[in-house]
Amino acid sequence: MVPVLSGRIQTRLVLLLIVGSAVTAVVTPLVVAGYRTTFAVLAGVAVLGVGWELLYHLLMQFRWEKDWPSLFGLLTAVPEGLLLWLLLDAGLVPTVDTAPPLAAYAIHFTAVWLAVWLVANGPMRVPFLRWRFRGGRLA
Amino acid sequence: MPELELRDRGDLTQALLDNEIWPDDLVAEAGIPVHDVPLVTVGGGIGSFVLVDYLRIAGAPTADIRVLSNIDHPWQTYEYLTRVSQIPGPERIRSDSSSRPDNIWGFPSYALSEAWRERTLRPLAHVLGEPIFADYWTPRVGDVFKSMARESARIGYPKMLVKGVARMVRRRAGGGYFTVLTPPAATGPTKRVAYRSRFVHLAVGYPGLRFLPDLQEFREKYGDFTRVVNAYESHEHVYEALRTRPGTVMVRGGGIVASRVLQRLMDDRERYGLQTKIVHIFRTFVTGAHGPHLWSRRKGGDGWAYQGFNYPKSVWGGQLKAKMRRLDGAERAAEYKRMGGTNTPKRRRWQQQMRDGRDGGWYEASQGIVERVEPAADGTLVSLVAGDAGTRKVGADYIIDCTGLEADIAEHRVLADLLAHGGAGRNPLGRLEVERHFEVKGTASGDGALYATGAATLGGYFPGVDTFLGLQIGALEIADDLARRGFGRRIGPVRSTAQWVRWAFGRPVREG
Repeated sequence: MVPVLSGRIQTRLVLLLIVGSAVTAVVTPLVVAGYRTTFAVLAGVAVLGVGWELLYHLLMQFRWEKDWPSLFGLLTAVPEGLLLWLLLDAGLVPTVDTAPPLAAYAIHFTAVWLAVWLVANGPMRVPFLRWRFRGGRLA
Repeated sequence: MPELELRDRGDLTQALLDNEIWPDDLVAEAGIPVHDVPLVTVGGGIGSFVLVDYLRIAGAPTADIRVLSNIDHPWQTYEYLTRVSQIPGPERIRSDSSSRPDNIWGFPSYALSEAWRERTLRPLAHVLGEPIFADYWTPRVGDVFKSMARESARIGYPKMLVKGVARMVRRRAGGGYFTVLTPPAATGPTKRVAYRSRFVHLAVGYPGLRFLPDLQEFREKYGDFTRVVNAYESHEHVYEALRTRPGTVMVRGGGIVASRVLQRLMDDRERYGLQTKIVHIFRTFVTGAHGPHLWSRRKGGDGWAYQGFNYPKSVWGGQLKAKMRRLDGAERAAEYKRMGGTNTPKRRRWQQQMRDGRDGGWYEASQGIVERVEPAADGTLVSLVAGDAGTRKVGADYIIDCTGLEADIAEHRVLADLLAHGGAGRNPLGRLEVERHFEVKGTASGDGALYATGAATLGGYFPGVDTFLGLQIGALEIADDLARRGFGRRIGPVRSTAQWVRWAFGRPVREG
């Protein structure tokens, strides 16, 4: 899928809501964290993500093809994960008073990211036939 | 001899030729047998195939669709063109991994299928690294045909195929269309048959090839069709001759076919230890990144403009697709110009071969416009090339035209008739003007609609028409429009998923 700005944001929000929530529900007991914390982290990825997508859209303008290779979608996990961790650690994420252990956060964040990325790179096209031709827009 | 009389009778009459809109009785008077079917698609190549694929998956039964075609398999013409332009079965084509004419979802992609089939992660790792760490992964042409054969059987394509040469489409009084077909000789009682349908789809492919004017002049003047060849026609004899005797080949053009021809010449040189020399003439010689501003710069160098696919990737679904959809007239033409131009992918293997050629002094590329080609006294061909450094004479034993110039759409009989009598017009690039949903503007007939996809529609609201994915985008737009008009169902998430499962298990699409 080669995104347009609104498609980026819509795809991120919908996939985090459906795929991200499912993964969070499964991973939370495994990393011995509270649902309140992990879902707050998930919400953080979604909210901050809108800002990140604006930045990615800007960077994409420097590409002749106006595309966003799959690898970028995977590697952007690094800055996004780091920023969210810094905010958690500084106590700046609403409803999370104490940051979860780093390992628990890293496992949860990576699992969500990988699952969303994998679904966006293929299976998403099965129910949503027109999604890839509309720059990732669902609405 | 009643049969002969019928054959004479079942032909186009002057009254039919003169009338732009045909009442039923006018066709009956001519003695042309009429077949009723809700939808016909004319062409029978990959364009027809992908539309039929969507429509069958959308629930249209085989009885409601007829494919009028002079070829036996949808990939037949494509197979011929790729073979002669130096892409045999095991070679890979210039097409994205998820552009699959046999799979409307593009999932699994060709790379995933190949990984599964060959039990290797290599294609997936390649796709992950593209286009930064690796060239774009592209499918083997043989695999493309095999998967299309499977889908063709799954949707019952052969049941819908009617062989013959389409002659014209005319609007019918009262709505819909007549499509006149000339069946293969001696297969029917009349010379022509007509299909009366509410909907018509035209996917007739490239109207024809055009030679560079100087090469056309040479061929006509000297009757020499062996030393001046077009890359899109069979020219194997050139490669064979070079194996028996060293020679110089002039390559003209800067697109993917020029790259392929160079690869063949260079591969042969390496494989058989040949002494072939290559002179490459670019009309536009690109020396580096080019474009109007920082946000619109395409890579280039050594003569070539580099691009993964024939358009920037976002025309098939990203912001260029969205932008183009809003443009009309001169603005649209300007945008086509900005992102157009001949280009080729920057593949590592080709780069290496050209570097070796330049270092070894046997590959030379330059800018030039050829004014004339003449035979020299020693039996070679001399081209008069006007370039930045003045006019010079360049000798060669063979000239391969890789420019891929296309003929005007009016060279195609059906399209010419449609322009003259069917209400169709031209877009800013001179091809058929279509709506965003690929209905040909000006051709509506009652509650019927006439659509077109493929190369004939280049210049419309969607640019990538003459590509696998472009044909699918066009077909989906048409299928959705047809569903709005009550033909087939709109493919929503549930139907889409259920049909995908059937595809995955190789189960046939049901009738209705």
